[in-house]
Amino acid sequence: MVNQEGGVQAIYQAALDQGRFEIQRCNDCGDAVFFPRELCPGCGSGDLSWFSPSGKGTVYAVTTVRRKPEAGGDYNVSLIDLEENVRLMSRIENAAPEEVKIGMAVKARVAVNEGRGVLVFHAMEGAAQ
Amino acid sequence: MSGDLNHLRGKFAIAGVATFGCGEAPGYTDMELLAQAARLAVADAGLTMKDIDGLCTASASSAMWSMPVVEYLGIRPRFVDATMIGGSSFIAHLMPAMQALESGQCDAVLVAYGSAQRTSTLSRKEIGKARLLMDPQPYEHPYQPMLPMSAYALAASRHMHEFGTTRRQLAQVAVSARQWARKNPDAFMRDPLTVDDVLNARMVSDPLTVRDACLVTDGGGAYVLVRADRARDLPQPPVYVLGQGTAVWNRQISSMADLTVTAATQSGRDAYAMAGMGPKDINVAELYDAFTINTLLFLEDLGFCAKGEAGAFVEDGHIAPGGSLPVNTNGGGLSWGHPGMYGIFAAIEGVRQLRGNAGDSQVAGAQTAIVHGNGGTLSSQSTAILGTAAAL
Repeated sequence: MVNQEGGVQAIYQAALDQGRFEIQRCNDCGDAVFFPRELCPGCGSGDLSWFSPSGKGTVYAVTTVRRKPEAGGDYNVSLIDLEENVRLMSRIENAAPEEVKIGMAVKARVAVNEGRGVLVFHAMEGAAQ
Repeated sequence: MSGDLNHLRGKFAIAGVATFGCGEAPGYTDMELLAQAARLAVADAGLTMKDIDGLCTASASSAMWSMPVVEYLGIRPRFVDATMIGGSSFIAHLMPAMQALESGQCDAVLVAYGSAQRTSTLSRKEIGKARLLMDPQPYEHPYQPMLPMSAYALAASRHMHEFGTTRRQLAQVAVSARQWARKNPDAFMRDPLTVDDVLNARMVSDPLTVRDACLVTDGGGAYVLVRADRARDLPQPPVYVLGQGTAVWNRQISSMADLTVTAATQSGRDAYAMAGMGPKDINVAELYDAFTINTLLFLEDLGFCAKGEAGAFVEDGHIAPGGSLPVNTNGGGLSWGHPGMYGIFAAIEGVRQLRGNAGDSQVAGAQTAIVHGNGGTLSSQSTAILGTAAAL
């Protein structure tokens, strides 16, 4: 059955554009799934539902991309493990790039800019390790 | 678990190898570099292009690349493989090529590659824009990682966190590669390099500096694979394929389950199983060193060190000239050259070592080599074990 909202990539982005962060859960094996897929990468089932994760995560890997000040300056790129046991790439926005460390506790936020939502993270206060 | 493919061990040999235009080749296209390397490799094998009835090739820029290559070389292959899994493609191509030769589908397979990336008239921005369409990664691109380098930087950060690997140890990988390059007149960068030079170089994507990264060069590379009985009648000493394995676990770095363990654990295991060998049997290692962290990961995942111990291993000088395990004896992607996808050049260097043709870099008495290709961003891994007649 074709979903009128489009495929899962479009559904994920539409939720972000409305300020909501949603990931999938497989109704057969129970695994959380990210990035969004039409089938569960764990068991192959096509029975997946959307849910709102807690948004809490931990920095798993980190790099600072060096960029000329006139081009916007250095910025952070991190891999973050969510509480729901999935990992994704994002950016920590409320810390200087060099202050982002592996193990930092972070929380998700959806930044909507000109109607386009993007998932970013904030370091939790007092949570740096 | 599939069979170990031991029945293929030693039944096929690389009979010809060549490179062309490596370093800077202004005014050449990818195809022209490929064609010259192909022509020279076929001649090295004592064959003509008319003898070639199998082709393996791949391109980062063209999805139908094998067809213009066939057209350009004027061949009529009965076996074509254009599987593109990144820089490891040309080592991965060994297995379908061997199967094709074994079945009698063809009699001589040419594996060829060319890249004019250094002197290309297309700007990096234009190429990057095309890649977004050809290789979409919609869940990573919004964060503007500087790919591929930032992916390897993330892996390096994790390895440092988990195992205490240091930037000095990463730098030692680059220094060792340079020491080998200084023995190789074909190497693109041969000036002396110290650990401090690497540490003080321009940081690009922490913790990797520009000297932790492979070169950006032009070049073409090619080799010819035939059945072993035929290879013995050809001019060069045959270099036999004893083992081969390929593994692909992900595309995006964010999909990698553990950034410190690569699919080389699988490809290496399969190659060793087919060869009936282990790391202790290997005399020379040619490991695709796109970045300094790659060499550490592959030393561990191919069984030369325990997990987390490669930093100390390289710091003790084991991979440098005179060390216990010669690694990247031409200077590698870090110092010899990196025409975009290095795997074929690792294979060619392995062959040269086993033929005894490596000049001042020659490892005395080398009978076995492991050649390892990496693709994407630690996405695909392909391993081959090559040997001389004495290793059969």
